[in-house]
Amino acid sequence: MTVSPLAIIGYMFAALAFITGIRQLNSPATARNGNRIAAAGMLLGLIVTEATLGAHNYAFIIPTMLVAAVVGTYVSRAVQMTAMPQMVAMFNGMGAGAAMLIGLGDFRDLTAGGQSLAPTESITILLSCLIGSLSFTGSAVAFAKLQELMTGRPVVYPAQKPLNGGLFLAIVALGIAIVAVGHGIGLVLVFIALALVLGVTFVLPVGGADMPVIISLLNSFTGTAAAMTGFVLGNNVLIVAGALVGASGAILTQLMSKAMNRSLANVLFSAFGQVQAGAGAAGTEGGTVRTATSEDVAALLAFAQQVVIAPGYGLAVARGQHDVKELADELEKRGVTVKYAIHPVAGRMPGHMNVLLAEANVPYPALREMDDINPEFSRTDVVLVIGANDVVNPAARNQPGSPIYGMPILNVDEAKTVVVLKRSMATGFAGIDNPLFYEPNTLMLFGDARDSLQKLTAEIKHEYPA
Amino acid sequence: MILADVGVSNATLAEGLFVFMLAAFLGFVLISKVPATLHTPLMSGTNAIHGIVLVGALTVAAVANDAAADVIAVIAVFLGTMNVVGGFVVTDRMLEMFKKRPAPGGDKDAQKPR
Repeated sequence: MTVSPLAIIGYMFAALAFITGIRQLNSPATARNGNRIAAAGMLLGLIVTEATLGAHNYAFIIPTMLVAAVVGTYVSRAVQMTAMPQMVAMFNGMGAGAAMLIGLGDFRDLTAGGQSLAPTESITILLSCLIGSLSFTGSAVAFAKLQELMTGRPVVYPAQKPLNGGLFLAIVALGIAIVAVGHGIGLVLVFIALALVLGVTFVLPVGGADMPVIISLLNSFTGTAAAMTGFVLGNNVLIVAGALVGASGAILTQLMSKAMNRSLANVLFSAFGQVQAGAGAAGTEGGTVRTATSEDVAALLAFAQQVVIAPGYGLAVARGQHDVKELADELEKRGVTVKYAIHPVAGRMPGHMNVLLAEANVPYPALREMDDINPEFSRTDVVLVIGANDVVNPAARNQPGSPIYGMPILNVDEAKTVVVLKRSMATGFAGIDNPLFYEPNTLMLFGDARDSLQKLTAEIKHEYPA
Repeated sequence: MILADVGVSNATLAEGLFVFMLAAFLGFVLISKVPATLHTPLMSGTNAIHGIVLVGALTVAAVANDAAADVIAVIAVFLGTMNVVGGFVVTDRMLEMFKKRPAPGGDKDAQKPR
């Protein structure tokens, strides 16, 4: 059956919209527009598809789509900005699940009359099942870890890597068998079940700190799975969109692993487990910790020339971004220069901290990237480290044995005084002790970040009128 | 009805591979330029774009001819729609915040001090 030329043109414009949309995501000024162009492209692609397919099964497809659209809109509107990473993981997992089911549905359909599939058909179907299944359960585990439905710590057990490797080989062997035979829906179901298990075991050993890398990788997987369904259905728009996303996820994964000083190979073969397991063994410094009261810190801040705020995920958890802004406003009224030092992996995803601070109306130019702000710390009077830990850990610079050794960090310890706002002496996501807390120029201000910030603001307003 | 008859096929395997390689290369080139600040919205935006699997799910739904196939299709359509709608709405919410800035001139300027 020939495809209508109108449908081809429609798909072509949909693909162009995706490309333009991603291109416009390059700049904050056009990003929102870019997202809308991509959404319009999606709508066009869906209309063309439904028009081509004809009015065959609207009775149950349209209501399904409506319900999903309402639920999807509600969930994504209701969610807190801090929960964005797990939202992305969840929606990613759903797309992956769809890709898996499309592979399964196609295999059933194409072999329904007892025919055998050509290897080219079965390979693409199995790839969409494999990658879709992996990404589906992998995303589910990532969601559970970030939503704290399960421990965020790496889950390790003996012979983990050989078991994962063995499972992967078993999946490949079964896949080859299915391709050779060309039919057998039962085998495909076993194949999918094994891939679903591998998705779980592949993400389990990864700790909370590495979750962004995994979500990015799984995003790339789902894109690739979508492209595979495009091969199965011979549909270019699926191939283009899937390949674009597969490439973007790969790039992001690479950027993130670079920021954490890990090679992409290390990420792909999930050696995280090992690194993470060694984390607990990192040496604890028996030094003393100096604690400060909010009065002490308020005085330091009020008389500073330059204050740099280094926010981390702890700030987001405490929902303290508005309180930070308020404190910064008070300081600026008193002639203090306030800047924000943003580590590439602060928060739980690259750019996550920028989003959170933007929510609190922190002016864009005050947000400084790591390379931009690092030379400034030696000229800074006070650094406020708020709920950040691993990204300011000097062990990354000077303890070759540390699991995070070599990771680029914010050199906050070069400032005259470092004030660490923290709930307790607990370690960060990576589970590593932080020598910064024992430095002679470090003061610890214990308590809930939001609470401490409000006290500081009140103290400054009260004791040091502008 | 079988897949070959539903009329959304517009590429052979070879043509598909050709398109795949070009699109992947384009993806690398486009995305290497995005500033770190926009990585989370980018991840979320591309996450929405792979919701295009919904096209595949609709196609599977069109050829479904028994109860099991209907169940597979309905779940796939549901998941795909959630991916599309949730993905775009979440991304829009994130980017809404960037819009409040006093219009930065571009990604370079936006990163630099006043």
